[in-house]
Amino acid sequence: MENRPLEYDYTVAKMFMLTTIILGIVGMLIGVILAFQLAFPGVNTILGEGLAEYTNFSRLRPLHTDAVIFGFTLSGIFSTWYYVGQRVLKVSMAESKLLMGLGKVHFWLYLVVVAAVVVSLFAGVTTSKEYAEFEWPIDIAVVVVWVIFGMSIFGLIGIRREKSLYISIWYYIATFLGIAMLYLFNNMEIPTILGQSAAGESGIGAWYHSVSMYAGTNDALVEWWYGHNAVAFGFTVPIVAMIYYFLPKESGQAIYSYKLSLLSFWGLMFVYLWAGGHHLLYSTVPDWMQTMGSIFSVILILPSWGSAINMLLTMKGEWQQVAASPLIKFMILGSTFYMFSTLEGPIQAIKSVNAIAHFTDWIVGHVHDGVLGWVGFMIMAALFHMAPRVFKREIYSKSLMAAQFWIQTLGVVLYFTSMWIAGITQGMMWRAHDEFGNLAYSFIDTVTVLHPYYTIRGVGGLLYLVGFLMFAYNIYKTMSARPVEEHELQNASPMGA
Amino acid sequence: MDIAQLQAYGYFGLTIFLVIVLYGYIYHLYTAKKDVDGVDYEKYSNMALKDDIDDTPVSSVSDDKEK
Repeated sequence: MENRPLEYDYTVAKMFMLTTIILGIVGMLIGVILAFQLAFPGVNTILGEGLAEYTNFSRLRPLHTDAVIFGFTLSGIFSTWYYVGQRVLKVSMAESKLLMGLGKVHFWLYLVVVAAVVVSLFAGVTTSKEYAEFEWPIDIAVVVVWVIFGMSIFGLIGIRREKSLYISIWYYIATFLGIAMLYLFNNMEIPTILGQSAAGESGIGAWYHSVSMYAGTNDALVEWWYGHNAVAFGFTVPIVAMIYYFLPKESGQAIYSYKLSLLSFWGLMFVYLWAGGHHLLYSTVPDWMQTMGSIFSVILILPSWGSAINMLLTMKGEWQQVAASPLIKFMILGSTFYMFSTLEGPIQAIKSVNAIAHFTDWIVGHVHDGVLGWVGFMIMAALFHMAPRVFKREIYSKSLMAAQFWIQTLGVVLYFTSMWIAGITQGMMWRAHDEFGNLAYSFIDTVTVLHPYYTIRGVGGLLYLVGFLMFAYNIYKTMSARPVEEHELQNASPMGA
Repeated sequence: MDIAQLQAYGYFGLTIFLVIVLYGYIYHLYTAKKDVDGVDYEKYSNMALKDDIDDTPVSSVSDDKEK
């Protein structure tokens, strides 16, 4: 062992690959169940009336969102960090026992938090704040996990050989700092047991219950400053970090313009934090704040497209690779969906469009073309690229990967087109009135009209889940596929038939 | 002038300032082409492309120590 040459150590990256896949399956499966519940309400009691408490839409919904955001996506971010971080800093985790230990603690503690979240949400213990449902003991544990993640990032940077930080590292750092700030401020809460009611009662509620420190409109403002920027620093910034590494590496092409990547980075940082107000258009928040949310959302097109176009131009003169490699297809389609949803979002944030779009399924469609088409595709592509390198084996099946790509693409297209139609139909029907101002439709009229689109959405989601299971199987089989030599891993990933 | 008006002017001023900083940064990147270490920005793409543990860094930390 003494004279063994130094190698990158992917132990922690592999651990997080596992949770990415498992929590992805869980989150997406619950999503599909929810979609069918909306189309066929009987699914709410699929396990009988006795278990309806655990299988109804409102109990499962936060489990879906949290499993996908904090399970699948976050694991993907951690996994790629422990892979990309070492490589672009040219330092191995094996060189520091401390960092290796921290990485493992990071993983196991994360797993404990995931278990706590699953149990508490199934039990119906929630703060009732969207995407911030965890009660205070879990919040504290989350902060500890996050701090360890930060120590891993800055620890690795501290012992690096490469002096400059590659653009992906900037994005990972921004993810760490952004989420830290957002999570802390939005989850400021007081355990009810410490409080006293106006009537003088004390020791109210269970020990784990809490109330937000903010009230009313202020709470809504903080919540959507958090909610929107969780999209920014969870679904955009770290995913951009991934594509800036994995696309150039897999295609063997230098980034089209490194300067543009720096510029887009600062543009994104400058603009994104101001856009959250668009979630509260036509609500009781100050009008100027709503206008600011709209304006910044529109400006946000520039830095977003700056990164996306930079990625597409990286393939300049190399487009045959997109046809030849399903792995590059995932990344190019991901980048295209990124452009698409960062154009769609600002359109929805324009006040007059929002008058129709607000509270409708069009918003749900928007989230999903971003998350399925961009986040999901990019994380799967990253894991596909990593698999041969961490297991030293070729990807089990190229044709399975290609089939998965087309099945999932069809799934995403069915999802967002059905939600466009459903959302705009809903918006128009809610607004329709006669010459005296009486509403033309009651709520149930919209439900009847939307039924076919809800069914199509369920089918779209199911296709995506099927594709994800194919992905999981492909990665699983890769672990025992043909071993490969180091030189095969330079750029394009080796793939079996 | 009340506090709300002051805030509004302050906010407008800050926005203009940050826009100038951002455009200044663009101008700087494209005219300087190289950073303070004299490395062409575009060379930094190699940090991803040549990322084996025994590849030569684009600019090495140990170079600094030798200076």
